[in-house]
Amino acid sequence: MKHTLTPQRYLILLAVMLTASVGDTLLFHGMTQVGPVSMAHLGLLLSALRNPWVITGILCLLGFFASYLTALSWADLTFVLPSTAFGYVVVAFLAKYWQHETITIYRWLGILLIVCGVGFVANGPSLTLHESQHPPEKPAPAAAPTGDHR
Amino acid sequence: MIVPTHIYTGTVETWATIITVAATAVAGDVLTAGAMRNIGDLDIIRAKSGLGGAIRAVISSPMFLLGVLSMAASFFSLLFTLSNVELSLAAPASASLTFLGNAFAAKLFLKENVNPRRWMAALFVCAGVFLLSK
Repeated sequence: MKHTLTPQRYLILLAVMLTASVGDTLLFHGMTQVGPVSMAHLGLLLSALRNPWVITGILCLLGFFASYLTALSWADLTFVLPSTAFGYVVVAFLAKYWQHETITIYRWLGILLIVCGVGFVANGPSLTLHESQHPPEKPAPAAAPTGDHR
Repeated sequence: MIVPTHIYTGTVETWATIITVAATAVAGDVLTAGAMRNIGDLDIIRAKSGLGGAIRAVISSPMFLLGVLSMAASFFSLLFTLSNVELSLAAPASASLTFLGNAFAAKLFLKENVNPRRWMAALFVCAGVFLLSK
């Protein structure tokens, strides 16, 4: 296993973390303005699509999916997934400082564990290279002439 | 003692629905990751064929479409689970199981080198997600 990431690719992972959590929070904020949707009033979901918070939230989640797929094209699933989990931490901070929700001691402990989990993989190799993908260790020797040189 | 009948917490049905949510989510993640591995580095494809070429490469992959279908199945099974099981159990339990299941599935199907650091990461994230629901 080798491969460390370029700064540009760390930015993609940062986008994975931020777009999911910010998108969810924007959707939550928008839906509190729209109000509760029941099975009898599903039309409200269509009116939710006119809410600017909901629209921005959906755009953020589209951005999340695009950056998530991009990350999976050059990194292992077990490397990318802890990054997506870091979004839970961002959501907790947004909930506390934007939505003014109370964060219990258990949640702070959960946040600490997730940060540790992300730390375990963040500095490690990002991609497993299989035999067929390994670049040659040494340049191929020049074609030796066949035959006896005596 | 009065036991509420509309919530199946602790029963086989509860865990069957939660495991269904996690299993379909793991299938979605692994199929999507496998598809992206087969397609190759999207940065290179985008540089060669532009954004349209990259989007075409992704959505023309049957494995990717199967992954998206699995993700949709996971979403709807989560909705079904939430109609029967308390949110505070269903959401973190399915998310935690998904993280652990992905580590196993990535090693088994994607042949990823899940080293001790990655196992620790999966376990820490799994426990952290569970604590977030408290």
